[in-house]
Order: sequence, then structure tokens, then C-alpha cells
Amino acid sequence: MTTILIAVGILLLLSLIFGAILGFANVRFHVEGDPIVEQIDAILPQTQCGQCGHPGCRPYAEAIANGEAINHCPPGGQATIQALADLLDVEAIPLDGDHGEETAKRVAVIREDECIGCTKCIQACPVDAILGAAKQMHTVIADECTGCDLCIEPCPVDCIDMVEIGVTAKTWSWDKPVGPMSRPGNLIATDRQPSTEASH
Amino acid sequence: MALLRITSPHTQRAGRKTSWVMLMVIAATVPGLVVQTALFGWGTLVNIMIAIVAALASEALILKLRQRSIAFFLKDYSAVLTAVLLGLALPPSVPWWLTVTAASFAIIFAKQVYGGLGNNPFNPAMVGYAIVLVSFPVPMTQWLGSADLVIAQATLPLTDSLAAILSSAPVIDSYTMATPLDAFKHKESLMSSEAFASIEGLSTANLSNWFYVNMAYLLGGLALLYLRIITWHTPVAFLGALAVMASLFYMVDSSNAATPYFHLTTGAAMFGAFFIATDPVSSCTSNKGKLFYGCGIGVLIYIIRTWGGYPDAIAFAVLLMNFAAPFIDYYSQPRAYGHTKAKKGLKIGDSK
Amino acid sequence: MSSAATIFDFHGGIHPEQNKTQSLQLPLGKPKLPQELILPLGQHIGQASRPLVHVGDYVLKGQTIAINNGFLSSFLHAPTSGHIKAIEEKAIAHPSGLQDACIVLEPDNQETWCELHPLPLWQESTKTDVLTYLAEMGIVGMGGAGFPTQVKLQGAQKNNLEYLIINAAECEPYITADDMLIREKTAQLVQGIQILQFLAEANEVLIGIEDNKPKAIERLQNELRIRHLEKQIKLVVVPTKYPSGGEKQLIQLLTDQEVPSGKHPIDIGIICQNVGTCVAIYDAIVLGKPLISRITTLTGDALSQPQNVEVLLGTPIEHLLNYAGCDASQLQRLIMGGPMMGFTLENHAVPVVKTTNCILAGTAKELPQPAPEQACIRCGMCEQVCPASLLPQQLLWFTKSQEFEKAEHYNLFDCIECGACSYVCPSNIPLVQYYRHGKSEIREAREANIKSDHAKIRFEARKARQEAEAAEKEAKRLARTKPAPKKDHDKKVAAGTPEAAKPSTANDASKKLKIDIAIAKAKLKKLEKALTTAQEEERSESISQLQIEVDEQKNTLSQLETELSTVAPAPVKTAKVTNSEEAAIKQLKIDTAIAKAAVKKIEKAIKRAEDINAPELGELNQQLETATSRAAELDKSLTAAKDAFEKSSTEKNSITVERKGPSDTDQVASKKLKIDIAIANAAVKKAKKNIDAMKSDGLDESAIEASGLTKKLNENEAKVTALQAQLAQLTPSSTNTSSDTKAEAPNPLADQIKKQKIAVALAKAQLSKLNKKLEKEPENAAEIQIAISEKQAAQMVAETELSQLLNTQEKN
Repeated sequence: MTTILIAVGILLLLSLIFGAILGFANVRFHVEGDPIVEQIDAILPQTQCGQCGHPGCRPYAEAIANGEAINHCPPGGQATIQALADLLDVEAIPLDGDHGEETAKRVAVIREDECIGCTKCIQACPVDAILGAAKQMHTVIADECTGCDLCIEPCPVDCIDMVEIGVTAKTWSWDKPVGPMSRPGNLIATDRQPSTEASH
Repeated sequence: MALLRITSPHTQRAGRKTSWVMLMVIAATVPGLVVQTALFGWGTLVNIMIAIVAALASEALILKLRQRSIAFFLKDYSAVLTAVLLGLALPPSVPWWLTVTAASFAIIFAKQVYGGLGNNPFNPAMVGYAIVLVSFPVPMTQWLGSADLVIAQATLPLTDSLAAILSSAPVIDSYTMATPLDAFKHKESLMSSEAFASIEGLSTANLSNWFYVNMAYLLGGLALLYLRIITWHTPVAFLGALAVMASLFYMVDSSNAATPYFHLTTGAAMFGAFFIATDPVSSCTSNKGKLFYGCGIGVLIYIIRTWGGYPDAIAFAVLLMNFAAPFIDYYSQPRAYGHTKAKKGLKIGDSK
Repeated sequence: MSSAATIFDFHGGIHPEQNKTQSLQLPLGKPKLPQELILPLGQHIGQASRPLVHVGDYVLKGQTIAINNGFLSSFLHAPTSGHIKAIEEKAIAHPSGLQDACIVLEPDNQETWCELHPLPLWQESTKTDVLTYLAEMGIVGMGGAGFPTQVKLQGAQKNNLEYLIINAAECEPYITADDMLIREKTAQLVQGIQILQFLAEANEVLIGIEDNKPKAIERLQNELRIRHLEKQIKLVVVPTKYPSGGEKQLIQLLTDQEVPSGKHPIDIGIICQNVGTCVAIYDAIVLGKPLISRITTLTGDALSQPQNVEVLLGTPIEHLLNYAGCDASQLQRLIMGGPMMGFTLENHAVPVVKTTNCILAGTAKELPQPAPEQACIRCGMCEQVCPASLLPQQLLWFTKSQEFEKAEHYNLFDCIECGACSYVCPSNIPLVQYYRHGKSEIREAREANIKSDHAKIRFEARKARQEAEAAEKEAKRLARTKPAPKKDHDKKVAAGTPEAAKPSTANDASKKLKIDIAIAKAKLKKLEKALTTAQEEERSESISQLQIEVDEQKNTLSQLETELSTVAPAPVKTAKVTNSEEAAIKQLKIDTAIAKAAVKKIEKAIKRAEDINAPELGELNQQLETATSRAAELDKSLTAAKDAFEKSSTEKNSITVERKGPSDTDQVASKKLKIDIAIANAAVKKAKKNIDAMKSDGLDESAIEASGLTKKLNENEAKVTALQAQLAQLTPSSTNTSSDTKAEAPNPLADQIKKQKIAVALAKAQLSKLNKKLEKEPENAAEIQIAISEKQAAQMVAETELSQLLNTQEKN
């Protein structure tokens, strides 16, 4: 009986000691902020489009860190999902169609003779890429535009188009070769193409 | 006429295709095969035939399941090469089902399951060999004594070989004889010199038979080197490490250890050095890596031969080093042009 | 003897079939002029050139038709005389087969040269002058990359050069253009090298040539001997091995030095130039001819007369193929460049450019279609031949599985895409394509990363700004609710503010813009500095990057400036009528658009309702009717307004035209100034009166107040004099000052208003203080009461003054 009591006592003591050490370590080596959010935020495309249902990329990053699905970002597409899956060590899942489809890279272009100068798009643009003043024609700074679509909705006269950025001789590159006798069969893991393949 | 649009280069070296490489390796085994057949009977040849059939059949089966073009992949002769190497490694008198097991296991589990040619981390022939060696140790360690040592007859006739293999009946005991390595391993407390004098498996005749076999493989290996199908790094490192290990221990304890010469000319030393360890898929890629890899195999062989449970150790040594190959690769990258030193490991983010 | 120079070796390399003899059977050919010449604007590395000519212009041979667009760019010249037919997108020599901007020239077959200005006294010119001259002659590296030569040499000015290496190796199979060039233009080549050496001042000049060109070697040796240059220029014969003509490989062969990864030869004191470039330099400096032609090899089994030709830039390939007797039925692969690194063309119409050294028309037999790709067996043959000592099989593995970080770690970017690995691969793997794909993926990812970081910064800046604005508003709101002044005053102020706010917001905007412009200018300067250093160090990638940034910065700057110019006149806009009318029309437009949208919406709703047979159908229909009628009404009023506007605007136009006369504007300005002076004078008078009144009361307590008033008085007087001076300046009606005074005119008024407001506030504060004091110290009640009444009076005065000022401002 005493042996059992001694054993229990020792274990209790040990657990207290280790608990104290862990508690101390938690306080002593506490990491400020939430680095995982930073890392997730760095992967997200920063279009700030809100298609994920959050007001910007950072809030979505925080939501992912709190367990939201990683497939709600259409601008990032499959590549971003893959990167997030790698970072968080979860399975890469296909893009959730409810939040939009992955499209080619686009920029907003204002049909300038139709613009009435209402400044609504300027207020909507998350990256200040639209230039103009009240009652003056507006225009989009193409280099700053992230293609987030957010200016389309508020425009009262629908004069904003999303235009795909075409391939020029400078941006063109060779496709990835198809590989040896690739066929659709997926019996074993290596038969499957990497999932990022879908984005190309 | 539509013009082709393809990436450069637009010209390729003619002739030296993958199938040609495989065929050349198969051709290079011919001297060894001839000597082995001459000394140990038709068994080897029969084994090879059985192994080829089994290997091709299992390869075709898996390719069909994977919905891949069977003809396209069978024509690269990689399955045939695996089968030939397996057939050469197996003792000449093993029953047919053992060969079939080894060959199909090699193709299905060691090769196709990993994605087929080029993706297998382990040498398929050695995986097949190891599986049957572990599962059926008795038939796997019975080599035939060479003809002139056994009864007055010449080599075991083809019919007898076939009978022995197909009926899986035990080969007539008098035909069998331990290999020199096996015999040396079981010399018990005898001194080396005593063992060489008294044990039948270590008789001069048996030793010289194995010497011929090894020399034949060496010849084939030199042909491969000449054709630049293999580089010198792996075999030289392999044999060098084995020789160094053997010399060291022989110098320390010449009464119990065997000579380096013995180690290099018995068992599958040359076969392993030129045909097994040089398998490009499962070995290291860089020249420096190949040196490490070969050394590792040489050292492991000596260790297993001397202190391990098996008389010869090519299969296990090679498989163990297969495990280590990616690791060695990461740490043996060559220094690229324009870099002051070679990169190490797979550390990501320091590439700038 | 020169061949005694030590030759080193590089790792790997291959020995493909030479196939060089075919194109050396015939002498150098000179094809006739084609129907048209197509001159792409981007024939070099860097920014595309900017066209100087217009469609329909007549140009002379050698005339500059496009100039450099930024630092890393080049000039372009008319290869012959003729008319500019078009400036449009045309298929260019690029592996993608995409189109790019080209100048199309229709020759008049006269070949009339423009006036040439050679630089025969180059030895006496400064190097900078020679370099500028070379830039204007459109000289770029003719070996393959097309790097503007002057940029390369400019880098040499800063460093002490160890070696000047002339690349005559020409290691690619089939190509003999350099071989032919050396044979035909030996003297020009050697003189070109001398000019280069003058510019580069290297310790040693080496010519690297492969031993498969014995005739060219002999000619060169003779030429050097005749000119007694053997000591200065060393001819080094290297063994034939592909890719010994690669810049890095040739450097290793001749000097045993390696160009550090990610750097350029100039960083280790070496400069490499192609023989073609040397001859082009000679032509430009001694003869004054710009780069308008080059020697190109036409070869391949599909041609019946393979040969080298001296061809004008812009000549369509089709023309050359016909010239060399191309059998179209045999032609299967058309390659620009050599068989190892060239790219296939799908279009015969693409032109020869400055970097085109070979046209290879291959038959199916000669360049068979590659066999299907097999699995990599890691045989290591690629590794044995890689001239960059990479592990191609590992790179393949990583690029195939999209593990680009690992590929980068395995030095993917040190791959020179020479194709040796693909050449030896027994499994027919298009390794180079994998690497090109991998490289571009990595580059794209990097760019996307930069862009997303940039977007993030902008987003965060915007958020911060919005928050700051919200906070400011909140603070203002709080400040406004606190004091409770008399209601009618409040109203007045409230009525005044929007009017007062207008010009001040405009002022604020212009001020902000001015600041922005200053910042942008500073940035631009910084970037330009970085660019020049980059240029000096010859980092092509960063140069182009910086060039883009500089351009961007310039753009933003000009944007800001235009913005400023639009904002600045806003406060002085007198023609408010037009604005308001325009605004009205716009408002109407918006209303109509909205009404139409409403109609559409209701229609949709009706449809939906019809679909489900909803009871609200009637109601909806009614709604629709009202909405349509409203839309129609609005439309009508819109057209009416438009008509009215047009009428009024035509009237106004005539008025504005009148007004725009310089004397008129001056008159307006002077009138305004006069008014201002009058107001200020009035203010002065009033202030004086106030002071007098206070003085007459003889109360010491009012001293503070009085001093404030005197100050104001002084200020107002000063203003009056200033305004008068302005007026005096203006009356002689100098033309330019008018706009300036115009812009400044409202400012003193606004200042005044501000000051008055402050005065009012001050008086109020003092009053409340006194009130408090009165509560606290009833014993001094009498004294304080007096003070209070005085203060009240002062406040009244100040307020009336303020309202007056506001009124005048409104009038303006």
C-alpha cells in the first residue's frame, strides 16, 4: 500500500515539477504576436478583394490560422492553396467555387468617356490604384491594380471592364513538357500530376 | 507543310537511347553468364529465362492496371535487365517458383509501385533477391559445386538442371557445395590456413572457379566503362573500400581473416561492383556521391561477410546504401560553375 | 607564336556533328532587296526603341528611324531608302511566334545613302564621345543576346580590365557566319578590335577561335603579322567542343577564371565581344555606316544552295529561303540560330534581326522529330556533359515536381540552356524546356511576390490614412459640440464655411500634390542615381528593372503635375455657370442611368414574378410604368438640358475667347486687386476706429485687446501696400504675371478670414473667462462687469468684420 502511495506521490511531484517548468517556459519563451498569421498573410496574393468573405487578406489569414478552410481565395488559385497546404501541413483541396473562380490575371480599365466622375470606385479600391477627382474622369493605374473586381460593383454606370493581361514576347515562356507517356490513369501516387499543375 | 515548334536543342545524339543502354548492360553480362554456365551448369540460364518471363509478365500486368502503354515501356528492356541480373544472382539450382517470386516481387513492389522505371529508390533485382533470401534461406545458399569437383561427370546436364528446377526436388546432395564465402564463414574455430587446407568449399579448385566467374564479370564491367555507360567511380570505390577493409583486418589478424584477394575474387564482388552497385536509378548521381556510395557498399559488404548472418552481402549492402543515396546526394553536389564552393543539403532560401 | 598561349578546359561539353562545310561551299552571297523590310523595335536586350518616323515618311539608307528608349536600349536605322509603309504589330523572331511592334519599310530600290558622319579621328576623341557615337549607330552584341555594346563598354570604363576577349569560337554546328566574316573582313575585324581596345584598355587582348576554322585562323594570323599586332592581340586556338563559344566557357578556356554566379564578366575584369560586333564597330566609326546589315548563314538540307549571305536587317526569312533555293516540301523545321540553342519559327515572314546568325532549314531526315520522352534513369550522362557542372537529372526531378525552391538551390539559374544535356539524354527528355519552364515560373513567382508586397503596403497605407481621417473627423465633431455660441453667428459661420472651404480644399489638394511631386522628384533622382551605378557595373537585369522603375516614376510625376495643373486653376475658375450646368447635366445623366437601371430591375422582377405567377404582378407592373415614365421624363429633361447647355456653352465660348485675351485677364485681375485693396482699406479704417473708440474710453484693461487690434491694423496696412504694389505691377499689363496674381489673390483674403476667426474665438474665450471670474469673485463684480462689456463690444466688432470679409469672399 505504501509503495503505491509513494509511487503516486512521486508521480504527482514529477508532474508538478514538469508543469512548473512548462509554465515557466511558456512565460519565458513567449513569442510575441502570431507568426503563423504573418506567414499565411505572406502567401496570400494581397489583392484585398474580399472574395473570401473577409475584409482583406490579413483578416482571412487570421481566419485560416483559426481553422477556416484554405480554399477560399480565388485570386491566389490552386498555387496559393498548395502553398498554404505546405505551410500548414494539411491536404491541398480544390478551390471552393462559392467564392469565385480562378481567372487569368486581370486589371480594371475604365471606359473613360463614360465615366461620370462619381469617385465611388476610388473609395472602393483597396490599393488606391484609381486616380481621379469628383466630377473628373477617373483612370486606373494599371501597374498598381491587383484585379480584385471591387470597383466593378459600385460603379453606377458600369463603365469599368476587367481586361486580361495578355502574354507578350517578354512575358512568354515555354510550357512544361508533358512528361513520359502521361495518361489520365491515377493508380499510384506518382501517376498523379502535382496539384499546382492545374494553375498552368 | 506545318513547321514544328519545339524547344532547342534540335539535334540529338543518335543511337544511345535508354533501350540501348539496357541492352548493352545485358550484353556485358554475357561473359559472366557463359563462365557461370560452364562451371555451374545450365541452371543459371534456365533461371534467367524464367525470370525474364515472370518479370515481363508482371510489368505488363501493372502497366495495364496503370493504363500505360505496355509496348512503349516493355521496349525499354529495363525489366529484362532486372530479370537477367536476378537470374545471375540466384543459385543455379533454385526451384522455379522461387525465381518467379523474386522476379515478380522485384518488378511489382520494388519498381512499378514506386512509379516504374526511374522512380524506384531501391535496386529491384536486389529487392527480389533479398526477399527470397530472407524467406527461403536454404535453397538460396546451396550453390552447386563445380563439375570437376563433384562426381566424374561434367557439369550437371541440362535435363537434370531442368528437373531440379521444375520439380523443385532437392538437388542431389553430392552436387551441392557451399560457396567459398559460406565455407569460410562456417570454418568455426579453424585458423584461416587450416580452413583453406581442410574445407572442401575452400579448395583451390572451387576458389579458382569463383575467380574465373569474377574475372568474367570484371571483363563485362570494363566493357561498360569503355562504352561510358557507367563511370569508374562506383566500382572503384566499392572494390577499393572492400580491399582496404580486408587488408586492414588481414594485417591485424592474419590468422583468422581472409586475404583481400579472397574477398575480391569470391562471391559476387565483381558482379556487384559493375552490375549491381552501378544501377543508376537507385544509386547516387554526382561523381562525388558515387564515390561515397561505392565506399559504403564496400565497407558494408566486409562487415556483413565477416560479422553478419549471411555469407555474401551484396544485396543487403546495396539496399542499405540505396537508403542513404538521397542523403549522400544532398551532401555531394558538385561545385557549379561560378560558385566558390559546392552547395550542401536541401536548405531552402539560401540560394541567393 | 600566338598559339603558344595556354588553353584551359571547362567541365563537360559535347561533340555534335559539325555540319559546317555545307554553307562554306559558296562565296558570300548578296540577296536582292525584298519587297519590304520589317524592322522590329526590340532587336536587343532592354527597352524597345522609340520610332522617330511616321507612316508615309520617306527615309534614306542609314537614316535613324528609331531612337533609344532609356539607357538599356538601342538605335535603329533604315537599311535602305524607301517609304515607311506601316508601324504595326508583326510576327517577330521569337520562340513564341508572338507579334511585336515593327516598322515596315518599302524599299524604293534606289539605295540612296543619307549623309554619313564617320569618326575617323576616334583616337583623339574622348571615350564617352565614341561610346555615344556607337550607341547612335545602333551597335549591339551580334553573338546572340544583343546587349547594347556601349552599355557593355561603359561598364569597362569603371573597372580595370584584365582581358578583352574577342569571341570567334562559333561552336554551334552548322553556323559559319563568323568564319565567313573573319575570312572576308579580316582587316576590318582587326581594326575594329583596335578601336575596342582603345575603349576598353585591357591588359591583354585575346581572340578565341575553334580549331575547325583553319582558313579563318590563317587569315587572321597573316593580318596580325602584317600589322605587327601579334604582341598586342593574341590569337588563341581552342579545341572544337560545344559550347566553347559560350561567353562563360570561353572565358574559362582562355583565362581559367569563372564568372561568379549571378555576375558578369566585367566583374572579374573581362569583357567579351563577338567578331561581328567588332566589324560593326569598324563600319560605324571608320565608314560612318550604322548597323543595317549582317552576315547570316543559310543552311540545312532543305536548301539547295546553302551559303552565307550579307543581308539587310529586316529582310523576311522567306526571301532568303527563296534565294537559297528552299524546297518547301522537304522543309520540316525552320530554326533561327543553331541547332543547339536556336528556336523554331512557324512563320516564314519573320525578319532577320541584329542577332540572327543562322537560318537552318532542316528536313525531317536531318533533324528528326524527337522520340517520345521516356523516364529518366538517372544515368548521369547529362551531368558528365554539363558545362556549368550542374546536376541536370536533379534539376529535372525538381522542376518536374514543381519544387522550384529546391531547383533554385541546385543552381537552376546557372544553367546556360546550352542543350548539351538534352543532346546526350538517352531518354529523349527535353531537359532545356523543363529548365526554361522552371526559370520562368520562379521569375513569375518572384514578380508576383513583389507585386503582392507592394499591394499590401498600399493597402495598409490606405487603411492607416482612412483611420487617421476618421479620427480627425471624430475630433472635429467633438470640438464642434463643445462650444455653444450664439445661434445666428453659428449660422453665419456655417453658411460661410462651405464657400470658404472650397478654395481652401483646392489649395490643400494642390499643396498635397506639390508635396507629392517633390517626393516623386526625389525618388526619381534616387532611382536615376541607382541606374547610373547599375549601368556602370553593367548589371543588365537590374538596369532594365531600374529603367522600368524610372519610367514609372516619371509617369507618376507627370501624372501628378497634370493633376496639379487641373487642380490649381480650380479655385480661380470664374466660369462657374458652365460647371454648374455641366454638373446639372451630369446629375441628370446619372439620374437617367439610375432610373433606367431601376426599370431593368423591375422588369427582371416582373419576369421572375411571372415565372412563379406571383400576386404582386400588378403592383410591379405599376411600378414599372412609373419608373419608365420617370426615366423618359429624365431623358427628356436631359436632352433639354443638353441643348440648353450647348447653347450657353457656345455663348460662353465666345465670352471666354474674349476673356482669354491677355489684356482682359489683366483687367479682371486688376479689378479684383482693386476690390481687395478697397476691402483691406475698409478693414484698416474700421480697426482704427475701434482702437480710437477704446482709447477714448481710456481703459487700461483693454490694452491687450487694443494691442491685438493694432497688430491687425498694421497687418492690414501692410496688406494694402502689398496689394497696391501688385496692382502697380499689373497695370503695365505684363502678360505672364496675371495668372500668378490670380492664383494668389484669394489667399490674402482667406488669411484675413482666418485671422478674424481667430480674433473672434479669442474674444469669446476671454469673455467666458471673465464670466467665470465674475462668478468666482463677486467682490470685484463692478470691475469685471466693465471688462465684460468691453470684451463683448470687441467681439461684436470682430464678428461683424468677419462676416464682411466672408461676404466679400463670396462675391469673389
